[in-house]
Amino acid sequence: MSLGLDVQHLQVRFGEFTAIHDLSFNVAPGESFGLVGESGSGKSTVLRAICGLAARSNGTVKLSGNGDLPAPGSKIFRRRVQMVFQDPYGSLHPRQTVDRMLAEPLAIHGIDDAEQRIAAVLDAVGLGDGFRFRYPHQLSGGQRQRVAIARALILEPDILLLDEPTSALDASVQAEVLNLLEALRRERGLTFVMVSHDLAVVTHLCERLMVMRQGREVETLPAAELAGQRVTQDYTRALMRACAGFQKETTP
Amino acid sequence: MSESLLKVQNLRVSFPSREGGLIEAVRGVSFSLGVERLGIVGESGSGKSQTGRAILGLSAPEAVITADTLCFGNTDLLRCSPAERRHLRGRKIAMVLQDPKYSLNPVMRIGAQISETLLAHQRLSTADAKKRVLQALVDVAIADPERVARLYPHEVSGGMGQRVMMAMMLIAEPALLIADEPTSALDVTVQLQVLAILDKLVRGRGMGLIFISHDLRLVSTFCDRILVMYAGKVVEEIEAAKLHEAKHPYTQGLLNCLPRLGDARHPLPTLQRQEGWKL
Repeated sequence: MSLGLDVQHLQVRFGEFTAIHDLSFNVAPGESFGLVGESGSGKSTVLRAICGLAARSNGTVKLSGNGDLPAPGSKIFRRRVQMVFQDPYGSLHPRQTVDRMLAEPLAIHGIDDAEQRIAAVLDAVGLGDGFRFRYPHQLSGGQRQRVAIARALILEPDILLLDEPTSALDASVQAEVLNLLEALRRERGLTFVMVSHDLAVVTHLCERLMVMRQGREVETLPAAELAGQRVTQDYTRALMRACAGFQKETTP
Repeated sequence: MSESLLKVQNLRVSFPSREGGLIEAVRGVSFSLGVERLGIVGESGSGKSQTGRAILGLSAPEAVITADTLCFGNTDLLRCSPAERRHLRGRKIAMVLQDPKYSLNPVMRIGAQISETLLAHQRLSTADAKKRVLQALVDVAIADPERVARLYPHEVSGGMGQRVMMAMMLIAEPALLIADEPTSALDVTVQLQVLAILDKLVRGRGMGLIFISHDLRLVSTFCDRILVMYAGKVVEEIEAAKLHEAKHPYTQGLLNCLPRLGDARHPLPTLQRQEGWKL
């Protein structure tokens, strides 16, 4: 049973500064939704507001789907909505082993049989048992991001919030992590909300995406439309050009 | 290609390992550079940054550097005294580093940091130095240089910080600029602005540029020539415009594993590394 997400009139303010102005969107259960924009557009803040790391000053965040839906901020909500952070070099504790990092969320939520769950989740993200007692500095960037994904998955969440999950990784490792995320989503029926500034990555992983600029929505469109260059806003077009690479000036 | 600025032949950089042996990070790299834009591409650990650092003499003190030739113009960089090296560094060869957050001095105003480079190499009055600093900031497309020069690094954005770094490196008008992942910490739109500035400066001043990056797509659109490195070796040298004709399976694999707009492939092809490439 998968969950969706319903965000209405979200506003986030830091002091006088308004990072998100009145943003609304829907993510259907099992859907993969992307948020795209340049730095400072507020895309990461949206994710942080959803999982409670940034305080909402207005608007609502609700889960949608069947069954009982926990309220945001509750412990059950946090168990079902998990986040993977951008930088695996910064998001793993440097003095804890993989085993201890994975055991912590289980202890917080009072889940037993940690032994088996840790072994299973490491297996699911493509790391064998041999990685279990390593420290982060003994892992490569791709392996670290797999540990970060394992830490989010170990609680068996329904929604994964992905904050630039591959931007710190090399191209070849990026492909591996993207394939892993795709396979996990298929197997477990996960709902993804993914933030990235790379249009190609977002269109690869998401079915629908929202382009953001300065805390506001520019447009929301299916990924296929973007891939087919059918966009309506100039800003989206500018982003697409930027992703294509550098254009040399023709003047000598 | 005009006369060569830099000649590197069989460059090797190794580090002592804890077990007492040597680990070779760069294993016999050769190239020569004229007034052109050369891209060095590879994954983390391929030795691309160590190559750049060895040229500038910024390798860690325990590194063992050997080469048949490592010449900048007529200067043999391997036989330079530290003082001669210091004289070259900044004045003739400069380096832009990856992340402005870590490579600018956090407790020094931007204007003071830029003029420090200048005053290390030239005798100038304070007023003249200030004029040059403001001009350097204008050159990197900073609109109000007076204000920016008074700021501290934490008060500027990433893109602005990277432009400040470039101003600092270019103020002494070096003949060779080594840019080590200059845009990796920036997002796509700012990335292009920074590259456009770099492009203009390189053309305008006739500098040589070594552009180190892991982003094959970016390098292929920006540089003239590309060296692809794998495990400390150059596996392929190719003209940027002909990148799609790359022959080496590693280069092809790198190109192939990028997601592309308008071309859905699920799952993405991944790179199958082969031991044979390391030989």
